[in-house]
Amino acid sequence: MTLQEVQELLEAQVLCGNDECLKRSVRVCFACDLISEMLLYLKPQSLLITSLTNAHVIHAAQVMDAKAVLFVGGRRPDESVVRSGESNKIPLFTTMLLTFDCCGRLYEKGIRGDKQ
Amino acid sequence: MVDSLAYTPQITLDFEIGEKDFFVAGECASRVKKTLQQLGLKQDVIKRIAIIIYEAAMNVAIHATSGRLVVHVEPDAITIRTEDVGAGIEDIDLAMKEGYSTASYEIREMGFGAGMGLSNIKQCSDDLNIESRVGVGTTLNARVFFRDERRHEGA
Repeated sequence: MTLQEVQELLEAQVLCGNDECLKRSVRVCFACDLISEMLLYLKPQSLLITSLTNAHVIHAAQVMDAKAVLFVGGRRPDESVVRSGESNKIPLFTTMLLTFDCCGRLYEKGIRGDKQ
Repeated sequence: MVDSLAYTPQITLDFEIGEKDFFVAGECASRVKKTLQQLGLKQDVIKRIAIIIYEAAMNVAIHATSGRLVVHVEPDAITIRTEDVGAGIEDIDLAMKEGYSTASYEIREMGFGAGMGLSNIKQCSDDLNIESRVGVGTTLNARVFFRDERRHEGA
């Protein structure tokens, strides 16, 4: 599914990422709140779901070639973090939903974890 | 993509890491990744190197009072070295165990401090050496080979 479809499905707001970025498709998702786990398990082209909002999330996403980052629970990163997402061409989203609901909705639509 | 950088001049990248300079780790990893991509190294090798750099630099920022990270690109390997002045590691074997951590709440809140740093580094390295003196500091040397015959088996 495209990132735009993900955005609609998860009732998310786009923090950064233009229309072109939102046309990118995503098939794999990884959710966690530990940077070391992101470094260990995050596969290229994944959607990263997290409740962490600091600059490490963008660095980890950039290093591991994540496709986009979704912040859950209505969390919003600082403006500097959003700018970092923008300059690294990583679309960022925020949703009021929590991790379980995001993963459940995505799973129903055929998105899978990166170990499958 | 290449297995060897035989015709590439050797490169050294050097970063200063201050006490609690938490965000420099990601910047180091990110910058080295971009440099290695320009050299045309394989993605999986670049990832392993970036993870080592991220975790090793983070360890310096968390546990030391000052330190540096040096990445040396050779024709068939990359060496990542951190040297720091600080608390040192009392029991290296224990520190290597996944889940063992002495990190503070502040570090954990940031998404680190789960005791995965050194084991992540070990998993990504072909060769790892850590020397430490309590109250003096720690030196970490990790190597990643990228010639086919010495390719990391766990990756």
